[in-house]
Amino acid sequence: MVNVFLNGRYIGEHKDPASFIEKIKEMRRNGNLPTELNVAYYKEEDSIYILTDKGRARRPLIVVKDGKPLLTKEHIEKLKKNEISWDDLVKQGVIEYLDAEEEENAYIALDEKDLTPEHTHLEISPTIIMGPQANMVPYAQHSLSYRITLGAKMTKQALGLYTANVPIRADTDVSIIHYPQIPIVKTQMYDLLKVEDHPIGQNVVVAIMPFDGYNIQDAIVINKGSIERGLFRATTYRPYKCEELRYPGGQTDIIKIPDKDIKGYRTEHAYRYLEEDGIIVPEAEVGPGDVLVGKVSPPRFLASLEEFRVGTEAQRETSTTLQHAEQGIVESVLISESEEGNKFVKVKVRDERIPELGDKFASRHGQKGVVGLIVPEEDMPFTADGIIPDIIFSPHSIPTRMTVSHLIEVLGGKVGALYGKYVDATAFQSMSEFELRKMLKEAGFREDGSEIMYDGRTGEEIKARIFIGSQYYYRLKHMVANKIHARSRGPVQLLTRQPTEGRAKEGGLRLGEMEKDCLVGHGASLLLKERFDSDKTVLPVCKKCGLVAIYNKYKNKTMCPVCGENAPVTFVEMSYAFKLLLDELKSMGIYPKLKIKPKY
Amino acid sequence: MTLPPSIEEQLKELKEMLKLNKAQMEKLRKIAEKQYEKSLIEPGEAVGVVAAQSIGEPGTQLTLRTKLLAGATEMTVTQGLPRLIEIFDARSEPSTPAMTIFLKPSYATSEAKVEEIALRLLEISLEDISKEINVDLLRMRIEIELDPAKMKKFKVKEKDVLKRISEYFKSAKITTGAYKINIKPKEEDMDIKKLYRLRVKLKGLHIAGIKGIKQVLPIKFGNDWIIKTAGSNLKEVLKLPEVDIERTKTNDIFEIWRVLGIEAARNAIIEETLDVLKNQGIEVDVRHIMLVADIMTNDGTIKGIGRYGVSSAKASVLARASFEVPLKHLFSAAVKGEVDELRSVVENVMVNQPVPVGTGMVDLRVKKGDKK
Repeated sequence: MVNVFLNGRYIGEHKDPASFIEKIKEMRRNGNLPTELNVAYYKEEDSIYILTDKGRARRPLIVVKDGKPLLTKEHIEKLKKNEISWDDLVKQGVIEYLDAEEEENAYIALDEKDLTPEHTHLEISPTIIMGPQANMVPYAQHSLSYRITLGAKMTKQALGLYTANVPIRADTDVSIIHYPQIPIVKTQMYDLLKVEDHPIGQNVVVAIMPFDGYNIQDAIVINKGSIERGLFRATTYRPYKCEELRYPGGQTDIIKIPDKDIKGYRTEHAYRYLEEDGIIVPEAEVGPGDVLVGKVSPPRFLASLEEFRVGTEAQRETSTTLQHAEQGIVESVLISESEEGNKFVKVKVRDERIPELGDKFASRHGQKGVVGLIVPEEDMPFTADGIIPDIIFSPHSIPTRMTVSHLIEVLGGKVGALYGKYVDATAFQSMSEFELRKMLKEAGFREDGSEIMYDGRTGEEIKARIFIGSQYYYRLKHMVANKIHARSRGPVQLLTRQPTEGRAKEGGLRLGEMEKDCLVGHGASLLLKERFDSDKTVLPVCKKCGLVAIYNKYKNKTMCPVCGENAPVTFVEMSYAFKLLLDELKSMGIYPKLKIKPKY
Repeated sequence: MTLPPSIEEQLKELKEMLKLNKAQMEKLRKIAEKQYEKSLIEPGEAVGVVAAQSIGEPGTQLTLRTKLLAGATEMTVTQGLPRLIEIFDARSEPSTPAMTIFLKPSYATSEAKVEEIALRLLEISLEDISKEINVDLLRMRIEIELDPAKMKKFKVKEKDVLKRISEYFKSAKITTGAYKINIKPKEEDMDIKKLYRLRVKLKGLHIAGIKGIKQVLPIKFGNDWIIKTAGSNLKEVLKLPEVDIERTKTNDIFEIWRVLGIEAARNAIIEETLDVLKNQGIEVDVRHIMLVADIMTNDGTIKGIGRYGVSSAKASVLARASFEVPLKHLFSAAVKGEVDELRSVVENVMVNQPVPVGTGMVDLRVKKGDKK
C-alpha cells in the first residue's frame, strides 16, 4: 500500500501507484482536474505527493505519448493564424506545467529527434539549457561553454539605454550610450527580452587582421572617423546630495554661499558657479574641488560656543564639492524635502565619455579587449568597395579560444547588412554557415567573407585577403577616465604619516613586500631606504635612557623627560611607523631602549 | 687556490683524455681557477632572497592537484605543490611514503626472482591470508579460516602463522584443524566486547614481510630491476641481503635522518625538491635548494620553513614580531631583556635604515689624525 499526501497532509492509501498517478494526469490533461495540480511518486518513501500549493516554481513542457509529441504542425499553424492561444494548448493537455517534484518522475527529451517511447515530455526549445544572458550569444552552439559564460558575463557590463527616463532619474554612476542599435545578428532572446527597446551595443564593421602590432594581446584598433561620428559615445551621470541637517539645540545647516571669515573657507574661485541661493547653475562646467552646493554648519562641539564669539566665526564650511579626479557639466538641480522635512538638494553632473585609449570593448563571445590605437580614417585599410572597418580585431585572439561563433557572427552580420534583414542566430536552430556562405556568394561577395583590402597609408594592396564583416559590439563600463591614477606627492594618513590609499583619496601606489624583496635581491639597499622614506622623521633621542626626548624649537634646547634638562640628546632619523611602534610598546609596559652610537 | 674536489677530478680526467703535459696542465688550471673565481657569489649578495624568489616563482606554476595516473605502472605519490609544501614544512611523515629499492645484480636475475623478493617485502597481516575471521559467541572463541590459495601466493606456511599467533597470544588456548585456527582467550577475557576487540587486533596481526610496506611493484629500470613500494621502512629494508644499500631510496626524510643521519637528510631534501620541480618541467639551480636544505638542517635536526621552524629561530626580535604572533615575541623579548642589533633586512626596513645587503653593507671609515 502506498501513502498518499495532499499538500503534505496524509489523506489515504492506494494499492497501485502507477495507475493512480496515470489517472490523475489523464484527468488533469482532460480538464477534469486543475492544471495547477502536480503529482509525484517517491519510490524510496513509497508515497505519492499531490501538490496544489501556491508558490511552486513550474515550467511548461510538451507532453509526449508513445514517442510522439502531442503538439502537431496543425497546432503551430493555428497558433500562427491566431486561431488558438497558448492557454488553449494548456487546456487541451498538449502543454503542461511541471513542478520540481513531478519533474523527478518525468523523462524529458531535449530535442524532437531524441524522442523514444520511454519519454514523457519534450522541451519546447533546446535553448532552455541556457539562461537569458547566455541565450543572447549568437551561434552559441559553435563555441566552448566557457566562452559563452564570459560572453554572458560581459553582456551585463555593456553600456546601453537601460531606461528611457534617464533625465528624471538619479541613479548613481551610470552611463548611457548615445546611439544604441539593435543587433543585425540576433537570437530569439532579444525579442523575448525586448532588447529592441533598450539596446546594449552597436553594429560595427570588423576586419580581422593585425595592425602594426597595435592590436596585440586582445587590443583593438578603432577608426577615429567612426568615433567622431559618435560611435560608442556615452554619457556618465553622477548625482551629488546635500541636506540641511538639524542639530540638537535648534541649530541647523544653512545652504548658502559661505561667508569669507568662516572656518574652512575655500577659495573664491571654488564658489564661482553658485547662485544667490547657494546652489550651482545648471550647465556649469565643473572640475575637482569646485563647490556644487554651498553649506555652513554650526560648530561641532557645544563647548566652543561658550567662548562668546562675534558673528559667524564658529561656523564650519561643509559644502558638497566634486571629488578629486572628477569633472563634468551640471545637468540638473533638484530641490526637495527629505524624510525628516529638511531642505534637500540633489545635483546631477554629466560627463561625456568619448572612446579613448584603454577603454574596454567586447564582442558577444567573451572576446574582450581594450583600445590600443585610434587611427585617423584616412589611414585605415579599406576594401575595393571603399568600406572602412570601424574596428580592427587581432586574428591571434581566435585560435586558442576557439570562438568559432565570433567568426560566424561576422559572416552573418555581413549577410544581414547586404540583404537588409535580421539574421537569426539562436543556438541550435540558427541558419547554417553553409546557407550564409551561399547567400554571400549570391550577393556577389566571396563566400568565405574575405575581401581584398588596401593599406590606407601607402595605398598598397595588402598581400592577404582580409576577413571582414559586420558584428555587434559592446562598450563595457570599465573606462580609463574612471581609473587613471598617479601620484608623486600628496595626502598622508593622520596616524601613520604614510600615504593614503586609493584613487579617490589621491593615494600612493604601494610598494609591497614582494616588491621590497626585489630591491633587496638586487642589493639596492639605499634605493630601498629612499623608497620607504615617505614617513621619515627626525626625532630627538636621549642617549642615556634611550627614549624619545623633547626639542624646544623656540629656545633651541633639548631635554629628556626622564633624565632632565642636561641629558645628552641626539637626533635620529627613523620611520614614523617605528616611532609609533615604540609608543605602542611603552603602552604595553615594555621599555624600548634605543642604544645610540655614531655611525662612523 | 684550492678548487672543489669535483672540479679537480674533471681536470684530472681532461689531463688523461687529452694527454696534456705539465705546462699545458698548468695553463688549464689557471683558466679553471679564473672561471671558478668568477662564478663565486659576491659578498653582500642577498642569497636568501634570491633563493626564495627562484623557488617561489616557479612554485606558482606547479599543479595544485595531484594527478591520478590511471593504469600506469606507477604508485601514486604526492607531487607538485602539496609535496613541495610537505618537504619545506618538514612534516614528520609524508602523506604517501614510498621507497625505490634497488637490488644487487647477483640477486636480480629474472622477473620471477625479483617478484619473489618483492613479495617477501610486502607486509602481510592475518587478514590478507584468511578467508574469514569470526567471533563464535556460543563457544566464546575466535575462529579463523585461512585461505590456502592466498597463503600459497604470499608463500606463507600454516606453521609460521600458528607460531606468530601463539607468540602474540601466549595465554590463549589455541586449537587447530585443517586451515582452521580457533582461539579461546583466558577466562577473565571472556567478554563479548573484548572478544571483538581481539578480532580487530588479530586482523592486523603482522605475519610476514616488512612492516609498513603496503604495496610492491617490481619494474625494469634500465638494466636494473627495482622494486617500488608504497609505504616505507628503510631500517628493515636495508637489513636484507638482496638490497643494494647504496642506491635504495625512500621519500621519508625524517626516516632518512633517523637511519642515516642529518647529512643524508639534507641530501634527501635537495633531491626530493629537485625531483618535484623536474617532474613539472621546471629547472631551478641546485644551489638555491642547497641553501634552503642547509638552513633546514644546520643544527642537526630538521626544521621547517615557517612559524615553528626557521622563523622562530631568527636572532632579531623585530623580525620575529613582524612575522607572526607579534605580542608573544615582544613580551618574551621584554622579559628576557633582549637586544636587537638590527643586523638583518626586516628590522632595518622597519626603522627605515639601509638594509645590510649589497650597497648597504659597505661603510666608509676615516682614520683620524693621520694627515700628512
